Amino acid sequence: MTKVRHIRLRPAATIDVVVIGAGHAGLAVSHLLSEQAIEHVVLERGEVANTWRHERWDSLKLLTPNWQTQLPGYHYAGNDPDGFMGMSDVVQFIQNYAAFTRAPVRTNTRVTSVRRNQTGYSVATTRETWQAKCVVIASGACNIAQVPAIASNVPDNVSQLTPHQYHSPAQIQGGGVLVVGASASGMQLADELLKAGHAVTIAVGEHVRMPRSYRGKDIMFWMDRCGVLGERYDEVEDISRGRRLPSAQLVGSHGKRLLDLNSLTDQGARITGRLVGFNNGIAQFSGSLRNVCALADLKMTRLLKTIDEQITGVRDIPPPERFEDTRVEESPTLSVNLKNDAINTIIWATGFRPDYSWLDVPVLDRKGQLRHDGGVVESPGLYVLGLPLMRRRKSSFIFGIEDDARDISGHLTRYLKSNIRSDAHELYQHHSC
Amino acid sequence: MNEVAIAVNNGVNVEALLGAREALTEAPEAAKFVWKASSEWKGGTHTQSNVEKFFGLGEEQKHVREYVYDTDHPEIFASADKGSTPVEFVLVGLAGCLTAGIAAVAQNREIQLNSVTATIEADMDIQGILGIDSDVRNGFDSIKVNYQIDADASEDDIAALVAQSQKRSAVFDIITNPTNVHVEVNK
Repeated sequence: MTKVRHIRLRPAATIDVVVIGAGHAGLAVSHLLSEQAIEHVVLERGEVANTWRHERWDSLKLLTPNWQTQLPGYHYAGNDPDGFMGMSDVVQFIQNYAAFTRAPVRTNTRVTSVRRNQTGYSVATTRETWQAKCVVIASGACNIAQVPAIASNVPDNVSQLTPHQYHSPAQIQGGGVLVVGASASGMQLADELLKAGHAVTIAVGEHVRMPRSYRGKDIMFWMDRCGVLGERYDEVEDISRGRRLPSAQLVGSHGKRLLDLNSLTDQGARITGRLVGFNNGIAQFSGSLRNVCALADLKMTRLLKTIDEQITGVRDIPPPERFEDTRVEESPTLSVNLKNDAINTIIWATGFRPDYSWLDVPVLDRKGQLRHDGGVVESPGLYVLGLPLMRRRKSSFIFGIEDDARDISGHLTRYLKSNIRSDAHELYQHHSC
Repeated sequence: MNEVAIAVNNGVNVEALLGAREALTEAPEAAKFVWKASSEWKGGTHTQSNVEKFFGLGEEQKHVREYVYDTDHPEIFASADKGSTPVEFVLVGLAGCLTAGIAAVAQNREIQLNSVTATIEADMDIQGILGIDSDVRNGFDSIKVNYQIDADASEDDIAALVAQSQKRSAVFDIITNPTNVHVEVNK
């Protein structure tokens, strides 16, 4: 049970900090604010870990192993450190964390608007309105499943789903499935649907190929140890590209070494280039498949080389290994007649974006993304957490939130203190007039 | 001990390119370019095309001079062969675009190029253009590009140059993805 404290329920209750969202990010920063005795409330549209409860498919498991799954002051304590949490485990983990930290969560309280005013921010909700000096946006990076405009040209008799709408193969009608996108989502869904007996075509643009385990350890172990996951946003060469990078082709599973295009090909999948449009019921694909695969193969090898170079001193581990290049047909399919191939379903695994429709502060760029410097938004006292490569490569992982949340709560604490000083300064000036 | 760093020079002004990228991120309107060519039929299958002006950075721009190109068909098509075939021009465009990209990427990655040569082959079944078989397309079945690159870098790094160049190439994109083409007459 989550406990509620510090909350005065009257219109426009004033408080130092409003945290929006009681997922792992919101709860992590809440815990750090509590440690600093900073008065705050966590507003949650549904229940704790709402997104993990309602916006994930049934078979999904975390991409990070249990031993790595931790939050500030809290870590996995079960007996399967090398396993991967399913969604109910994740919900339980986050719920336990909320109880452990005694987070001041207001559930079923959806934020409807955030406006800037003289003393900070007015945060309107479906229940009450809060006046806060600071707001931390921790409402997630994947609120909206992106679907490209070409989806409007899909024939009416073909069902279309996003990963948010997909739960299990049971809901997919018979016949072929076109999975668009080869990030973790697209690859996992293609794999699951192949195993359920569907003919699967997967349209592949730029992607990130990675083995689940390497030289006897989980890939996340090496990436963490070699400093890849800790690389800071202000050290990354091309930050906007880094933030747009699709998620790596991983699945939270021991048994599966590689969830790559070769493993889908082996199961009978048809691999095509990026989907570029529909013309009279014919799906058209880019002729760039060979190159996007070459890019992904080269980048994976570069990552493995980086790991090899940095762990030369480590003893008792298996020798370096290299993986077969992605097999690309001599002439990959450029067009598919959906009707002739009995493709009745299209799954748009084409990425996600955050929802800021409730944010009435002019801090979005022309692409609708928050303008921020490592989570410090371009409006004093406004912060964000949990976006990809927000402060570090690990920012979007559960275990990656701790360092970011410490940085952000530190900045926020200094901001509140300087705010109090300037208030006092103003007061003094008024007196002297 | 002093280490003498030898500056990589592929003749590409990467600073200017990166500067332009930064400036155009702030002013996306200026990034909208229009490329232009004009052409005139000379008789038979011979056409002469001219390239000089284009639009970009918000105003009319000009090459340092006008370029003139002849296209025709070879004698085995009973033509006068006053220039390369238009489809060969597509290959010329692809070679020029990919190679320029390789040079720019190499400069940015501080890789010295010593030589870059390419051969390009495009397969075409001319039953398509002759209307013999409606199942055969008019255009290329496939294009094969073979680069020979001598550079001060590992095999993988050279492969990565070529891959990155394809990723950022306009002509590669034009060839591999559909484009709407509007042709109007006497308007």
